[in-house]
Amino acid sequence: MEFGYYPGCALHGSSNDYEKSVRACLAALGARLRELDDWICCGATAAHVINQTLAVALPARNLGVAERDGLASVLAPCPMCSMELLKAGRMMADDATLRQTISDIVEIPVEGKTEVLNLIQVLQRIGLDTIKEAVTKPLEGVSAACYYGCLLTRPPATVRFDDCEHPSSMETILEALGAKTVAWNYKTECCGAGMTMAGEETVLDLSNKILANAAAHGANCLVVACPMCHVNLDMKQADIARRYGHAHNMVVYYLSDLVGLALGLSKRDLAIDKHFVVK
Amino acid sequence: MEPLATQIDALAHTHVRECYQCGKCTAGCPVAERMANPPNQIIRWVQIGQVGRALRGDSIWECVSCQTCSTRCPKSVNCAGVIDALRQLAVERAADAPARRRVVLFQKAFLHNIRRNGRLSELDLVRQFKTAVFFKDLSIPFLLKDALLGPRMFQRGKLHLTGQKVRDRELVDRIFARCLQSTPQAPAELSPEEHP
Repeated sequence: MEFGYYPGCALHGSSNDYEKSVRACLAALGARLRELDDWICCGATAAHVINQTLAVALPARNLGVAERDGLASVLAPCPMCSMELLKAGRMMADDATLRQTISDIVEIPVEGKTEVLNLIQVLQRIGLDTIKEAVTKPLEGVSAACYYGCLLTRPPATVRFDDCEHPSSMETILEALGAKTVAWNYKTECCGAGMTMAGEETVLDLSNKILANAAAHGANCLVVACPMCHVNLDMKQADIARRYGHAHNMVVYYLSDLVGLALGLSKRDLAIDKHFVVK
Repeated sequence: MEPLATQIDALAHTHVRECYQCGKCTAGCPVAERMANPPNQIIRWVQIGQVGRALRGDSIWECVSCQTCSTRCPKSVNCAGVIDALRQLAVERAADAPARRRVVLFQKAFLHNIRRNGRLSELDLVRQFKTAVFFKDLSIPFLLKDALLGPRMFQRGKLHLTGQKVRDRELVDRIFARCLQSTPQAPAELSPEEHP
């Protein structure tokens, strides 16, 4: 099985642990990734705050390249990237005038027919049965709080994935691998996303509530599928402890980490040793 | 409808007039308690032609774009999109709100970085952002705040001294130039009673 691949800036930057984990996990499942040629930033948190045309054009350029190169399905493991790509794709598909304007701006025809997938969807495509067959080390002792954050399921009309208030797709995968998952309240609450630098107080406040709620419901780890969630909940845990006087000491895994561990990959293979909170 | 509200509707692909003030947006907003004027009030201001109050206030800069308001709106008003549209107008008009300063500087540094390289160079972004904030605020604690994080990230192979660049950087620059130019010119003016 082959997927187009849009890593996005975070995975080629400080979230390179996520990229290593995704690549190792998917390779172990026999999936191949074909990276989009000369991809550009999707505009992330900045473009839509400053200029709405730019916020469509940047992701649209990448969709145009995917169409030109015959990539029907593209994995974008960062939900910010995948949401921006999906939003641009839907706008291109629905609005002929905008399609022409944007295609001219980005110097490539964009029809918006590329299927953009998040990491969970790629694992679903590979199939739960295939994943289960490949398990060598069931996830015993794992009690996971699956955290979806904002953009995996929102806005629902754009991403059309899972239930936007009560998602359960990560739970389904992890339970099939032998893990326990907990019912908790903050699955889809925001961690502050890209405000890590510009609005740190907000991030620490929101992330503290998420970590506390997961612990209160018996979780011994958090599971995310987003580089920004990981930064805020893992890297910022020391700052949260300093600010609120309570160290959560909660391990935060990427979904691909736990799937990879169940497949017999090592913590080093999955770059789990690069996380800030390690047990 | 007054011109500014029409412009906001167009930017956000929505119909602000649909809002009947149920308050669900504010009830679900994770940062409403930090806002002097929560999402439903901002929407109301747009409806009644008081856009200037939203532009000058701090509240639109607290929004973390989590999309909960737009998702839960029973009238499908794209509230998060309206806030983005207001932020764009505020930046274009250089409307002043003290609390927005850092967020705007950050987003501008971010875009400047992408325009130059095609991809984000995080170290470059941090340097630009911190320098810009320093020259505005002269805050040395902020300048040094994450100094200890740098080495810990470097240790984990998470800091790259040179960021990635795309091959066709001129294309990226052309895309930026066209987008920033295609913004509706001569934005509608604030009504006289709205000026402070």
